[in-house]
Amino acid sequence: MAEIIKNASAGTMESSDAFVTIEPAAANQINIESAVEAQFGESIRKSAEEVMAEYQVSGAKLTIKDQGALDCVIRARVETAIRRGMEA
Amino acid sequence: MKRSMLFIPGNTPNLLINGNCLGADMVIFDLEDAVSPDEKDSARVLVRNTIKYLNFKSLGTIVRINSVDTDYWKKDLDEIMPYTPDMIMLPKTGCPADVLKADAYMTELEKKLGLAKNTVKLMLLMETAMGVENAYASASASDRVGAIFLGAEDLTADLRCKRTKEGREIEYARQRMVVAARAANVDVYDTPFTDVNDDEGIRIDAETAKAMGFTGKASISPRHVDAINEVFSPSEKDINYAYEVMDAIRLAKEQGRGAIALHGKMIDAPIVARAQQTIAAAVELGLGREA
Repeated sequence: MAEIIKNASAGTMESSDAFVTIEPAAANQINIESAVEAQFGESIRKSAEEVMAEYQVSGAKLTIKDQGALDCVIRARVETAIRRGMEA
Repeated sequence: MKRSMLFIPGNTPNLLINGNCLGADMVIFDLEDAVSPDEKDSARVLVRNTIKYLNFKSLGTIVRINSVDTDYWKKDLDEIMPYTPDMIMLPKTGCPADVLKADAYMTELEKKLGLAKNTVKLMLLMETAMGVENAYASASASDRVGAIFLGAEDLTADLRCKRTKEGREIEYARQRMVVAARAANVDVYDTPFTDVNDDEGIRIDAETAKAMGFTGKASISPRHVDAINEVFSPSEKDINYAYEVMDAIRLAKEQGRGAIALHGKMIDAPIVARAQQTIAAAVELGLGREA
């Protein structure tokens, strides 16, 4: 099980990217800010949840500021933020 | 036949996701110079996901990892190898020992992943005086090597000379690379032309490289890709001549003649070999039919 021990971030606010931050929390919480949230919010949330499950993250607040990123980019940025948040 | 290869910075989603529609025969996802040390981890995951989730099947995929004298190269391979790009580009290849070091680790990973040996080939980037001088030894050090590639920007810094558009300072390196590659039976790619706004310059530079025997050329800008593809494709005139050569050979055999001439010139074995290469390239590019 991965423990998020510090605040971390990954990605940028550039077009087609996403800026993801993660911080320790009592339970998992995902916040999404996206111009296309109404259409793709659930899909973004599902991808983030899958990556968090893969790393067995159970206590983290994840914020995704989407800039029109494809699913593979969202997943990459979430994964990098988790890995960075796990590092001592 | 892979004529052009386009560099794409490994941590720039906007460029990565469009890499398969920019016209290049191969894309190079760059984890080395285009990525700052703080973002190496991020770029690795992004490039891995790009290969894993997006469709690059019609292209050659190359990942430029960090050189074997850094702390990054093994982590790069750990992340990328499971998704089997066509080639790993090894920067700053100086000598056969560098090749063998990368080859040994790639072999270890292929075993772990249940992949056949040499599933992923190596393209050696030679960009130092030592690298160019050892070109043949490095290219023939392992059967994993599929191509070598000249990097003139770092090379000219190492040679302590100025890089120019005319490229006289890299003539020797270009010639040496072509001879080494052909001797080792691998492909050979020319250095990028770095003035992205000079449309005439890229054409002249590509024509120079083609005339020297390069397989193709790298580019740092999508703007250069069309010119490279055009220059490294056989021309209509070359293709027609190649068919004429093959027809003349066929006719001579039917008539039981040993020596033949076409347009007043003797047709000998090297001319036939060149005609066969031209036709093979034309067929592969959809520009011609089998002879």
